[in-house]
Amino acid sequence: MGKAFSFNRLKSGLVGWGFILIPVILVGVFIFYPMFRAFQLSLQTGIGRRNLVYIDPWYGNYARLIQDSTFWTALQNNFFYLIIQVPIMIVLAMTFAVLLNKKDLRFRGFFRTCIFLPAITSLMAYSTVFRYMFDTTNGILNNIMLDLGLISTPIGWLTDPSLARITIIIAITWRWTGYNMIFYLSSLQNVDEGIYEAARIDGANSVQSFFKITVPMLKPIILFTSVMSTIGTLQLFDEVMQIPSTPGGPGNATTTLAQYIFNISFLWQPDFGYAASISFVMLAIILALSAIQFWVTRDRDRLKKSQGRH
Amino acid sequence: MRRKKIKISNIFAYIFLSIATIVSIFPFYWMIASATNSSRDVIAGRLLPGTYFLTNIQTMLDQTNFMRAFWNSTRLAVIATVLTIFVSSLAGYGFEVYKSRKKDIVFSILLISMMIPATTLIVPLFLLIVNVSDVLPNAIPFGLNTMAAVMLPGMASVFLIFFFRQSTKMFSMEILEAARIDGTSELGLFFKMFIPIMKNTYAAAGIIAFMGSWNAFMWPTIILRIGDMHTLPIVLNLSTQGYWVDFGLVMLMSFLSVIPIGIVFFVLQKHFVAGMIGTIKG
Repeated sequence: MGKAFSFNRLKSGLVGWGFILIPVILVGVFIFYPMFRAFQLSLQTGIGRRNLVYIDPWYGNYARLIQDSTFWTALQNNFFYLIIQVPIMIVLAMTFAVLLNKKDLRFRGFFRTCIFLPAITSLMAYSTVFRYMFDTTNGILNNIMLDLGLISTPIGWLTDPSLARITIIIAITWRWTGYNMIFYLSSLQNVDEGIYEAARIDGANSVQSFFKITVPMLKPIILFTSVMSTIGTLQLFDEVMQIPSTPGGPGNATTTLAQYIFNISFLWQPDFGYAASISFVMLAIILALSAIQFWVTRDRDRLKKSQGRH
Repeated sequence: MRRKKIKISNIFAYIFLSIATIVSIFPFYWMIASATNSSRDVIAGRLLPGTYFLTNIQTMLDQTNFMRAFWNSTRLAVIATVLTIFVSSLAGYGFEVYKSRKKDIVFSILLISMMIPATTLIVPLFLLIVNVSDVLPNAIPFGLNTMAAVMLPGMASVFLIFFFRQSTKMFSMEILEAARIDGTSELGLFFKMFIPIMKNTYAAAGIIAFMGSWNAFMWPTIILRIGDMHTLPIVLNLSTQGYWVDFGLVMLMSFLSVIPIGIVFFVLQKHFVAGMIGTIKG
């Protein structure tokens, strides 16, 4: 009995490993190995892939990027998008979700589908549409505003550096708000209506129950969506390649770290080591920001509960 | 059923949601309307649909390699989706059904990798692909301008492994045990019991994988450098380069590249949303 039991366990153990073997190898080769290689590359220099040598001192690439004004511009832009866009989007997504969760509201399904629809577009397709909607001379937006007499001269949405950044923010917000709204909606639908009823009887108005009940309850989702959006925004690439009149333009006004890494590796004379050092800075920023977001929204009870259900 | 009345207290909600709906829908409307207009009409600010739809299609067929790119994107997305959901579900199933402490440690390590931005991996992955293709014999289609190089790095998606493991938690182990006693092999349990019963999960995961592949731009543009291999996002990106742009044509191409996902969305709306938020109930 004892022997057969352990034999079965050994066999089921091996079968189990058999199932996960190929996926685990793939993740190892295509995620973990490249991550270590990125770090190794960030200590190397040379043009092209055959001439890579270790730099002396080892932090040579990192010292170089501190002096690199394009790197700082890209980093600033990433943070500009992040700080302005993510909060706006999360507040909007949460507002839409709360409104759409009202049981006495008509056309809920219609509103939900329409607001979610931008999330099905490919990044390149929607970026193309926004590029021409916001075009200075030919864009429909300026055309409509001129016709309505809201403006007297066309606005340089994509030619003015600050406006170009704002146009990018408008575009990303359009694309991702409905997507994030779905997370809040599905979480709200699991909330017991009785809590609100009890709060109402206790004399709480709807604003109070929103901040005292809804927001605390949505905390894990707020954390999740803000971490996902932060990771996404710091890697922004397709939009800045397509929406501005020139990739990352005008000048470097809208460029991002991801685009700079792409340019250094694949557009200009390739300096893979330097590109890798920038990508490692990006990794460090993402890990640090995620850790901060976890820390800010930490809540011991919540943590204990979520451990059980993920 | 009694019709719900529009309540006065909700008037603010209706106004707000209507504005949001108009803002969400207008770019779609403008894209589709412009696809039926000439470039000149689009520039002049025409908002209504026009009569240039067939002309734009003719221009597209004559002057762009859109159809080739459409075929490339479709082929790539279908193959990548099938392989990705198969490989990821193998792991999700394996981790949950054959649970053990050691496997859980491996699983936690995999989860950590979800925090790694894909952009960090781009440069080393590119070097890996070209260096490996240098030493491979020419007969093996791997390296720049190959579908395999575009697909392979994304094939084991940690998110989808996690997704499948979560769904497997709701899978009845009694069914497996009963079939096992009946003499079904371990692999047979997966193919004959798990896959058919979990078809909703596969649908949702398939949508995630398909959208990922269909929309991908950065990695494909690095790997696929010849026109014959280009995918839709690459063609859309190239179509806006240059001084003279045919607005109607570009909007037509954007529209056509959104249609497949749109169809999937309207046909499989329930799975679509479930897939997006990574949860499957029942």
